Amino acid sequence: MTTLNEQARNQIAKVITDLQHKPGALLPILHGIQDRLGYIPPESVPMIAEALNQSRADIHGVISFYHQFRSTAPGQHTVEICRAEACQSMGARQFETHVKHTLGVDYHGTTTDRSITLESVYCLGNCACAPSVRVNDQIIGRVTPEKFDGLVDELRSQKLEVQ
Amino acid sequence: MSVKVYIPRDTTSLALGADHLASELAAAVLERGEEIEIIRNGSRGLFWLEPMVEVETSAGRIAYGPVETKDIDTLLDAGLINGETGHPLCQGLTEEIPYLKKQQRLTFARAGITDPVSLEDYQAHDGFKGLKKALQMDSQSIVNEVKTSGLRGRGGAAFPTGIKWQTVLDAQPTDGSQKYIVCNADEGDSGTFADRMVMEADPYMLIEGMTIAGLAVGADQGYIYLRSEYPVAHQILNEAIEKAEAAGFLGVDILGSGKTFNLEVRLGAKAYICGEETALLESLEGKRGMVRAKPPLPAIVGLFGQPTIVNNVLSLAAIPYILAEGGHAYADYGQGRSLGTLPFQLAGNIKRGGLIEMAFGLTLRELLEDFGGGTYSGRPMRAVQVGGPLCAYLPESQWDTELDYEAFQAIGAGLGHGGVVVFDDTVDMSEQARFSMEFCVEESCGKCTPCRIGSTRGVEVIDRIRNNENRDANMDLLSDLCETMIDGSLCAMGGMTPFPVQSAVKHFPEDFQKDNAETGA
Ligand SMILES: Cc1cc2nc3c(=O)[nH]c(=O)nc-3n(C[C@H](O)[C@H](O)[C@H](O)COP(=O)(O)O)c2cc1C
Ligand code: SF4
Ligand code: FES
Repeated sequence: MTTLNEQARNQIAKVITDLQHKPGALLPILHGIQDRLGYIPPESVPMIAEALNQSRADIHGVISFYHQFRSTAPGQHTVEICRAEACQSMGARQFETHVKHTLGVDYHGTTTDRSITLESVYCLGNCACAPSVRVNDQIIGRVTPEKFDGLVDELRSQKLEVQ
Repeated sequence: MSVKVYIPRDTTSLALGADHLASELAAAVLERGEEIEIIRNGSRGLFWLEPMVEVETSAGRIAYGPVETKDIDTLLDAGLINGETGHPLCQGLTEEIPYLKKQQRLTFARAGITDPVSLEDYQAHDGFKGLKKALQMDSQSIVNEVKTSGLRGRGGAAFPTGIKWQTVLDAQPTDGSQKYIVCNADEGDSGTFADRMVMEADPYMLIEGMTIAGLAVGADQGYIYLRSEYPVAHQILNEAIEKAEAAGFLGVDILGSGKTFNLEVRLGAKAYICGEETALLESLEGKRGMVRAKPPLPAIVGLFGQPTIVNNVLSLAAIPYILAEGGHAYADYGQGRSLGTLPFQLAGNIKRGGLIEMAFGLTLRELLEDFGGGTYSGRPMRAVQVGGPLCAYLPESQWDTELDYEAFQAIGAGLGHGGVVVFDDTVDMSEQARFSMEFCVEESCGKCTPCRIGSTRGVEVIDRIRNNENRDANMDLLSDLCETMIDGSLCAMGGMTPFPVQSAVKHFPEDFQKDNAETGA
């Protein structure tokens, strides 16, 4: 396991002190950490446990219960494919096959260039204009394999610009 | 004064490019030396027309849709700014579009008309009338008004809202005074987006409804448990809460009444089971979303052990109207024990998908054909799932059923949260049955064996049936397994997952009898 750098540790500590007074603070804290770092580093578990006066096992149990929380760093962008019924009725199953093939990864996987992490989602509330995908915080409707490929090119070129 | 042009900012409009459209339109207008004021409204819910651009004229708003950026020039040439109607995308006066005109919008009366975060707009369209009345009433009178309305919970279980509120009003907090109002905004069912539309198009209505609930039972703290799959709703709700507080409609000393109600949005983390009210409460408390055994009811031992109202977004959103116009006005809509209106959501493989708020009692076929206009693909419609992933698939022979709670129960189906998902004739119902089981495997909280293990076995058995391995014996096994799940599960996740499976087997038996070559499984 890579050890966490000082800056990340400070960010975690700040999220915890900002939120620990809230009733039922754990989910807000976990969201806060994942929003900033993209994941919940295992090193944060003892820090949260101490602040909330709970056991590490408790904290770990909550992290693993929810599909959204992850303990390893994701790629630069997260792409979520809706797998639920309304999207199925508009060809989501074939679309999902296309996406996995194009990216060369399965769900929860990250592309070798680390640009994209693929996740599934059950409904994005865009069911009247299915199929739907979510790219980071943006939802896209009536998506087609061609539209998706264009999107991936765009995401990958953004990564190059950043570097 | 420049012309007002409306372009929605709800998830579906954005998902179809509304942001880009708005900026390109603004630029194109500027280039022509003209002037418009673009207002980002909520959606009217006519999703097949999104992004729908509306232009204010003296006769009312004129609609154009679905508009893409490539249409901007021809629209401007055809006089969009003056609301001229010659362009092929012009739909005429918005209010005259039959899909909208035929509806009975009580809850969605303001949707798409107002700027969702404008307090001025909200008040100009009857906003806070219910709250102002409630502030003049005692708790019992507020609860009585809700009872009179006949409102039943819109989250799926259809429990009478007034009775739930009475229980919370009468309950004694163990710590002396604390009670809570929790809004269930987890909207996990595929095919549903009415909660999202409330939050994105008219968030003050939900805030008002929750505040009235607080006054009704003596609760000063509310939480909206919002699914994290709704980033747009999250942003709009937070903006609205901040503005409502600053203007004295929320927080301490509401409108000078001395009453307090605080409201906070909490995000879920992708877990369908957290829509179940007790799992939701566990999650709000910072725990795993494990279902609690009932009793005790959340109304008596709810959030942090205190009396708690847990209501769906639509239930709470109906409250301002009920208080403003009276419970009787609401109960005038609907039939039998299904009173008021239900916002139906037409989704999936449908030509004209969208939100249709109507009194209970129209038939499913009217919804599918008159409103929906058939499938999106143009192929024959074959199966319709009403009420979300835990409810039955209906074959054409059942489409003349009236949409009300009792009529649907009578055919072994449910209305759930009002979502309607349409499939054309390319659907393989054994694949849909398999998905129901698979979804339960993914989303079960794991507390009871029939649900956790039963669904895993269900997937295996359906795979064998699809592969034509011992098919008859496995069909029997599937039937037994469904019964075990129905009888032995603690909550509706395990207890109702068999419904779509059984309906698929019963109404579409041929899909379980194909050669394996054909299923390709
Ligand atoms: C597995 C499961 C998921 C549920 N999901 C939701 C949901 O997303 N939204 C909702 O309002 N109710 C949901 N419910 C129903 C709630 O448990 C509860 O009945 C409802 O929030 C009560 O509010 P109401 O009386 O206003 O309908 C779900 C129930 C089950 C068993
Ligand atoms: S039926 Fe399933 S989801 Fe419900 S309590 Fe049992 S294991 Fe949990
Ligand atoms: S089912 Fe895919 S967005 Fe609702």
